[in-house]
Amino acid sequence: MSQVIEYSDKVMDHFTNPRNVGEIEGASGVGTVGNAKCGDIMRIYLDIDENETIRDCKFKTFGCGAAVATSSMATEMIKGKSVEDALKLTNKAVQEALGGLPPVKIHCSLLAEEAVHAALWDYAEKKGITIEGLKPPVNDIDETEEFYKTTGE
Amino acid sequence: MDKIIYLDNAATTKTDSEVFKAMLPYFEEEYGNAASIYTFAGHAKKAVEASRRTIADFIGAKSDEIYFTSGGSESDNWAVKGVALSYKNKGNHIITSKIEHHAILHAFEFLEKQGFEVTYLDVDENGFVRPKDVEKAIRPTTTLISVMFANNEIGTIEPVEEIGKIAHEHGVIFHTDAVQAFAHVPIDVNRMNIDLLSASGHKFNGPKGIGILYIRNGIKITSLIHGGSQEKGRRGGTQNTPGIVGIAKAVELASQRMDARRAKETALRDRLIDRVLAAIPYTRLNGDRSVRLSNNANFSFRFIEGESLLIMLDQKGICGSSGSACTSGSLDPSHVLLAIGLPHEIAHGSLRLTVSADNTEEEIDYTVEALKKIVERLRSMSPLYEDFLKKNAK
Repeated sequence: MSQVIEYSDKVMDHFTNPRNVGEIEGASGVGTVGNAKCGDIMRIYLDIDENETIRDCKFKTFGCGAAVATSSMATEMIKGKSVEDALKLTNKAVQEALGGLPPVKIHCSLLAEEAVHAALWDYAEKKGITIEGLKPPVNDIDETEEFYKTTGE
Repeated sequence: MDKIIYLDNAATTKTDSEVFKAMLPYFEEEYGNAASIYTFAGHAKKAVEASRRTIADFIGAKSDEIYFTSGGSESDNWAVKGVALSYKNKGNHIITSKIEHHAILHAFEFLEKQGFEVTYLDVDENGFVRPKDVEKAIRPTTTLISVMFANNEIGTIEPVEEIGKIAHEHGVIFHTDAVQAFAHVPIDVNRMNIDLLSASGHKFNGPKGIGILYIRNGIKITSLIHGGSQEKGRRGGTQNTPGIVGIAKAVELASQRMDARRAKETALRDRLIDRVLAAIPYTRLNGDRSVRLSNNANFSFRFIEGESLLIMLDQKGICGSSGSACTSGSLDPSHVLLAIGLPHEIAHGSLRLTVSADNTEEEIDYTVEALKKIVERLRSMSPLYEDFLKKNAK
């Protein structure tokens, strides 16, 4: 069933000791991306101050080792940065900071970038502002609730 | 912890030391080619034929109905393609189930591309193929039915005897992939109406790289490996004497101790299942509770993903396996878990632990404790769990 996946030391470090795990009460922006169908869901919380600086940043992730590590790394990379700089975070930069990812895991770094963008989108919506170059996130349908309703487990 | 707790016996098993010892002389001393004519090679030939008899006796077959292959995948491929091609003039419809091993499924898909018509049977929520569905699927053009003896992921033991009976009533050939069941469950090819059966040495303490295909006398089969006249001219290639001696020794050991090992495995498996279900909430057991392989436990832990779970178990020295997509290199989780009706999220959070009689109760208890902590940790990081708790609090 399973295959061995080789992760870099950096990925293993961020998976074993993830930075910034948690929630932020009354966050300035929250973004959730991915879907249970392909096995990765990331949620990023942002606390943004009046100078448009990301004061704090937390995440929660359902997913594989790479998904957890990329979320952890992405939060580290945008913490203390301006909204403008955070928007510039690319999946490539996350990958590089982690010392590379196995090819089948590249989509995880893409998800981290999308999660940051989704949180920024939520922040912009809440504040009633437009952030140049930011696209609305896509949401997916959940089939799990339906399953537990039918089976009664 | 330096110690390894090996709970992946469905992936492979430890070669028994008696098996290893039995194989050794066939490397440096009796290395003759079993197909050669001189007296020296005769020792190897004798060993090969004695091995064939041991295996035949074990499943109620005749000696000349046992063919040696390179393993389970070759046996499966040969059975499916060999029979379908051989009976092409009779018909081009073949039947299998949705939960077969990829060695079967991909062979069927290959034939489908060549123009064969395939019915992939659904299974119920515990992974059972319904014999009624088999009967309904049979057409005048059906030549082969292949349904596994027991599932490699969820351990469900299929009603092969009944399926074989239906096949024979309609003049259809019945193959079973018994890679997981062979030497773990008693098998009698005649009583169970089996025409072809695949097995693999390393799944029951034999060596890797050796398998068998039982082919009932009278069944026609096209060769896949063309070459010399080995295996009655049906499968070319120099016989793997050490492997053949090894698989036969593993069969001999199984015939002596299968019942005792099954009893011990069942006790360990039940301890594992009961304790995991009691200790960890929002957990389900996949597959039937009792009609399952004695070594197999397969769980789904809600809100978490399997690969993360495997890495954390590995850090505790525990070897397991998952049906998560992340461990397969594709985006879809296990086809078996989806076929029993699990949503993707639940299928991604699956864990298969397969015990052996060499495991101890202490190892099981250590594993349950480790699992409990790991699942709690991963859930505390999961957005799905967060949503679930918030929803329940309302």
